[in-house]
Amino acid sequence: MELDVQIEKRLPGGFRLQVAFRASGAPLGILGPSGAGKSLTLRTIAGLERPDRGHIVLDGRVLFDSASGADCPSRDRRVGLLFQNYALFPHLSVAQNIAFAMRGLARDDRDRRVARQIESVHLQGLEARHPAALSGGQQQRVALARALAAEPQALLLDEPFSALDAHLRGEIERELREALAGYRGAALFVSHNLEEAYRFCGELIVLANGRIVAAGPKEDLFRHPPGLEVARLTGCKNFSRARVAADGRIDALDWGCTLRVAQRVPATLGHIAIRAHHIRVRADGARELQFVAAHDAQAGGENAFSCWLAAATEAPFRVTLYLHLHAPAASSSDFHVQAEISKDVWETFKDAPQPWRVEFSADRLFLLPD
Amino acid sequence: MSFDFAPVWISLKTSLSATAIALVLGVLAAEWRDRRRRAFGGLLDALCLLPLILPPTAVGFFLLLLFGRNGPLGRLLLHFGAIIVFSWPATVITAAVVSFPLVYVTARGAFAQIEPAYADAARTLGASEWRVFRRITLPLAAPGIFAGATLAFARALGEFGATVMLAGDIPGRTETLPLAIYFDIEAGQMRQALGAVMVVLLVSFAVLIALGILARAARRRRIPEK
Repeated sequence: MELDVQIEKRLPGGFRLQVAFRASGAPLGILGPSGAGKSLTLRTIAGLERPDRGHIVLDGRVLFDSASGADCPSRDRRVGLLFQNYALFPHLSVAQNIAFAMRGLARDDRDRRVARQIESVHLQGLEARHPAALSGGQQQRVALARALAAEPQALLLDEPFSALDAHLRGEIERELREALAGYRGAALFVSHNLEEAYRFCGELIVLANGRIVAAGPKEDLFRHPPGLEVARLTGCKNFSRARVAADGRIDALDWGCTLRVAQRVPATLGHIAIRAHHIRVRADGARELQFVAAHDAQAGGENAFSCWLAAATEAPFRVTLYLHLHAPAASSSDFHVQAEISKDVWETFKDAPQPWRVEFSADRLFLLPD
Repeated sequence: MSFDFAPVWISLKTSLSATAIALVLGVLAAEWRDRRRRAFGGLLDALCLLPLILPPTAVGFFLLLLFGRNGPLGRLLLHFGAIIVFSWPATVITAAVVSFPLVYVTARGAFAQIEPAYADAARTLGASEWRVFRRITLPLAAPGIFAGATLAFARALGEFGATVMLAGDIPGRTETLPLAIYFDIEAGQMRQALGAVMVVLLVSFAVLIALGILARAARRRRIPEK
């Protein structure tokens, strides 16, 4: 079951969507900030929006082709769409919502199939309830059962967890993965949450401003982001404009320091970056720092600098430190990098005298082309 | 002299028929307008609402032009041997025309309030446009449409100006309650007029109470926002 999409669509506000990709088997993730065109892409595939140009082919069936003028109506596409807010019909019961997707069946046959769908999402006993009387997770399961009841050849999931409370997500994610495991069609999973997309999909497409800025296996995208946009979307917080220095090291212009890197330098270097949880912070005192700096050229603890704390925000188990390099921070918003460390580590040095030492290990830094 | 019930039956028959016509046409027109943006949409809206704003006598004037012996529709109907002016159907036509805007306006409001995702979801589940309308849009808009129909019935029941121009006042045929009240008073038959007024009062009360019940039911049915 392969879904082949190549579409272009211009919106009145000047926004232009231009994407091309193929999906089959395992869910393909579409990751991007809000307004990137993710939902529009799904709506176009489902036949709810009409592209200006391009084609959509599902399992050999042409759903849309601007060249031949083919435009299959939504009802005949056999593309299931799981809406962000589920769009369960509020005036119909759970069983009626699911039965709506089944047509041309004898009554008892339909009832049997509805019962089977309800069972498959563990909603027995709730058949007669109306959507308003269900929890968010139950609503999502009804929506999934309803979408699958129409036996779609492709299933499009639009931010399936955005309407749920955080504490429910883990469990519901697991259930959805389970329910999708038996699904044989093509699946697209849209999200702005990178961790969610990472857990759900093998391959990812990164969408920004209506265009695909990166595509590939998720591990590659996270380990070697091909550009600033992707690095940012995959959760990287620290960027500095960069230039190749005379000795082959990299000048991080915004951070005011020169760094040794393990990665090959791209032809057009734009930025140097590091993830917040890859920065190491220690309160070893200025003396040791001088020692390190002196031995920097030879080996060992290179890329280490003195730093001052500008601000810290605490989460239950982790702390984000906003650090100013080389000199004390003028205010709480005056910082160069943010580092994320575990609270246990934080407790060991939070009262130690400053400056502290920050270290960017060479194999954690990545270089982004312009 | 005993109370003449003929105007009561004529009024009820006329108002119910007119409401039914206004309901069907108003809902269809509203749905048709709701589904797509149209050129001259504003002009179309204004045209649909005109009978609500115009003095009923002006509406009657236009209807006379249309259905009169020399009017385009009048001539066409004459071809089939039907004369509208001064006949019972004229009371229905005028009442339907003046109450149509009330259905149209409330139905448009009701359709506009429905989350578009419901119809979209129905389409992706294989439903035809007709099935989307019948099973999703119409039931969800029903409370609003009912309210519009009730208002339309009340307006049809009270219709006087246009009716007297197109249908005239023929006792037993086109004399509705409002007409009866006016001509009873003109003839000095105050007791007759009082009886007719009491009937109108009763029916109006019943309509208002029904509206209240509907509004409460609609509130109960509304789905809490997630």
